Amino acid sequence: MAEAEDAGANPVNEPLDLVRLSLNEVVFVKLRGDRELQGRLHAYDSHCNLVLGDVTETIYMVDEEDEGEDVRTVKKQSEMLFVRGDSVVLISPQQ
Amino acid sequence: MLFFSFFKTLVNHEVTVELKNDISIRGTLKSVDQYLNIKLDDISVVEEMKYPHLSSVKNVFIRGSVVRYVHLPAAAVDTPLLEDATRREASQAVAKAKQG
Repeated sequence: MAEAEDAGANPVNEPLDLVRLSLNEVVFVKLRGDRELQGRLHAYDSHCNLVLGDVTETIYMVDEEDEGEDVRTVKKQSEMLFVRGDSVVLISPQQ
Repeated sequence: MLFFSFFKTLVNHEVTVELKNDISIRGTLKSVDQYLNIKLDDISVVEEMKYPHLSSVKNVFIRGSVVRYVHLPAAAVDTPLLEDATRREASQAVAKAKQG
């Protein structure tokens, strides 16, 4: 019954369809623990497990000093990265 | 099921598993199951000075739920194949949702 409307012909009906349209495109991913990723999306599933290529990870760290707080960012690179879905907060297509 | 199959293709490759407590463990992927629990052999802990309590451990079982990332060798990943498999899995999920 579902043969007639395979995923390729489907428009955006449900939220994950938006993610499907981002396959082989660069996406922005926000994660738990003040982390963000930017990379090319190669795979995902319904748990939001992901595989990203050429990834830049940005970690926001707060140094609590005597006077106020200092936000420090740490950047890391990875050529191919599996991300477990339970850490994912949002996935956004990058223009 | 997609990622279970995907990880099975990476058995015997070197991977680095980053846990949610920030420890990174590098080793040879020996097996994986449906929960994405992972078994690693010949492990070494990245930043060993910071986490010395694992220095005598040779192989580990890692519960899937504590994994944040798995860093993979790009050469071992066929990205077009992976994207096709993802589309196939997505359309199966849609078909299932319609039946249910």
